[in-house]
Amino acid sequence: MKFARTIVPLVIGGVLAAGLSACSTSSLSDYAEQNLDGRGPITFVQGKDNNGVIQPIIDRWNSLYPDQRVTLKEQTDQADQQRDDLVRNFQAKNSNYDVVRVDVIWTAEFAANRWLQPLTGPMTIDTSAMLPTTVAAATYRGTLFATPVTSDGAMLYYRTDLVSKPPATWEEMMSMCPIAKANNMSCFAGQYAQYEGLTVNAAEAINSAGGQILDEQGKLAVNTPEAKAGLSGLVEAYKNGNIPVQAVTYQEEQSRQAFQEGNLLFVRNWPYIYSLASTDTTSKVAGKFAVAPLPGQNGPGASTLGGASAGISVFSKNKATARDFAQFLTSEETQRFYVNQASNAPVLAKLYDDPELVAKLPYLPVLKTSIENAVPRPVTPFYPAVTKAIQENSYAAIRGQKTVDQALIDMQKSMEAAGVK
Amino acid sequence: MKQQNRWAFWLLVPTLILIAVVIGYPVISAIVMSFQRDPVIGPDGFFTDGGFAGFQNYLAWFFQQCPAASGGTQACPAGTLGAQFWSAMGNTFFFTIVTVTLETVIGFWMAVIMARSFRGRGLLRAAVLVPWAIPTAVTAKLFFFMFAFDGVINKTFGTAILWTGSEWPAKFAIIIADTWKTTPFMALLILAGLQMIPAEVYEAAKVDGASAWQRFRMITLPMVKPALMVAILFRTLDALRMFDLPYILTGGANGTTTLSILVVDQIRSGFNLASALSTITFVVIFLVAFLFVRFLGANAVQSATGGKKK
Repeated sequence: MKFARTIVPLVIGGVLAAGLSACSTSSLSDYAEQNLDGRGPITFVQGKDNNGVIQPIIDRWNSLYPDQRVTLKEQTDQADQQRDDLVRNFQAKNSNYDVVRVDVIWTAEFAANRWLQPLTGPMTIDTSAMLPTTVAAATYRGTLFATPVTSDGAMLYYRTDLVSKPPATWEEMMSMCPIAKANNMSCFAGQYAQYEGLTVNAAEAINSAGGQILDEQGKLAVNTPEAKAGLSGLVEAYKNGNIPVQAVTYQEEQSRQAFQEGNLLFVRNWPYIYSLASTDTTSKVAGKFAVAPLPGQNGPGASTLGGASAGISVFSKNKATARDFAQFLTSEETQRFYVNQASNAPVLAKLYDDPELVAKLPYLPVLKTSIENAVPRPVTPFYPAVTKAIQENSYAAIRGQKTVDQALIDMQKSMEAAGVK
Repeated sequence: MKQQNRWAFWLLVPTLILIAVVIGYPVISAIVMSFQRDPVIGPDGFFTDGGFAGFQNYLAWFFQQCPAASGGTQACPAGTLGAQFWSAMGNTFFFTIVTVTLETVIGFWMAVIMARSFRGRGLLRAAVLVPWAIPTAVTAKLFFFMFAFDGVINKTFGTAILWTGSEWPAKFAIIIADTWKTTPFMALLILAGLQMIPAEVYEAAKVDGASAWQRFRMITLPMVKPALMVAILFRTLDALRMFDLPYILTGGANGTTTLSILVVDQIRSGFNLASALSTITFVVIFLVAFLFVRFLGANAVQSATGGKKK
């Protein structure tokens, strides 16, 4: 009996393990050739829709194409959990996840795993009217793997009551810091806690100074004088107090709070804080701020690109419908609805100059400049390791625990260790 | 008798199958995966199977070896997960030892107070349980706001400490939050042990002229020991798996990465290497539990049934 008690579970477990691993022998590359003209009901998977924007869009589609119904599957509102959910379903070759919302930073990894349908041949999507940077972020090794749906770019928020003209360059901004001091406030902050936002901020500093993290071919290019100049700008500003000491605990919300409470002269943030800082009852800066492009070396800086795309699963049975739905998400009507309903930055260039939308969201022209100059985060299948390398080393550099030179060397080496060539 | 045993076996089969599916399969599958190399990127830009790895994944963690650009391996550079293995191991044990010690001492003290009879004892017992009843993730978020630079803790004490933004304060923040949350659990288990001690023993000791300290040392401690050891065992195993508190408070920054955080981070960049790490974590926790049961006499099953094993 004792024998049975210990052996039976082991044997059953072993048999199950062997059985399940045997299932996964058919080749993944075949899936990309299958069901290209399949039409029928599909499912669209995305994170929790806090603005009630996607269901009306789907309802509209369903009224137009009742025989190719789209069903919405909502995930949680945590990006990491959404990603894990997608990975699990791709690994299980789930054919019920037809079209999935893919964050810009997941595209390369999903593509390299052959989980996303390459948008070539009959699957081609018309991207000619889209902002080129949003298309670049969805492209892996020259092939488009997802349809850009929404975009995002950072802007510089500044106090119009204290600064008459926004700084165009980083140096100009630093020269305005005595104004902050005279008003008993801190000068500038972004998001420097050790999390994804730090990768965004460090990449902006490096890209704005003309540096790169990975070059166009996806090869390592971070250990350069330009990158050093960019990161040093942040490090020095933190050291001399132009960036307040608590900024190493800031994520988006904390930096917004500090700006809203009137403790910051400049803040780098996403468009979402615009309406909050204008309408929040606790905001002390309502009507006293405006936006400008991020300051760079000799002109507008390079924002890091945010946003999301719609990817088509290679395991989908109805890929023709999936493709049409993805294209539908980028139609002018849908894009306009995204802006109106959720203030999501569109991917269609012309909407940024649309008088009706600009009247509603005055920051759109600035945001367009931001996104046009934006640089996607490294498009690499090793993104999780790459972002870790950037976060840890730039955090140590900002905290003064290692020199900028050493941080860049370690960054480069860590990315090499992850598999980036 | 034989007949009965056979019956028992068949009655147990459904349970055994269930255990095999939910525990046996994942453990074995993790071990199988840990001997596979993670997928590598081919010249066409797509991942291909990494093949059999032998003990490479385990060695990579223990010796902190990462792949080098030229092929072969190198010492993991700062900024890789591999470089954090031993520090994560150290952090995990540091947190475990400090929090379990604090929780035992404070919990014991709370249990002694709760064991006395006084007005409002029921209310006190209920109140003590509140922190334990709050989900850990919620506790972590609460403390996250309290430990913010502009949060209540800095405001109350007039300090300007970067609680979540510098090494030692971050560690203390986690210890404080964990102690606040789990001391009630300790207190309750110890209280249960205290109430098993018959009052006559104390009375007899008093009659013999034993002082309060002597009564505590010679009666309370030895008689509460079985319950105490089980409580410490549970807490230790729990603390060794610590994940949510540091993950939410600091995201693992500033020297607060525990083994569990490292596993979760690694899952996102390679399942097989992560399987090796979770297997290592599993074995470490298993070893600690074994040592506890073997040498310190903590045995949850025995003391629960009152049975003796020789």
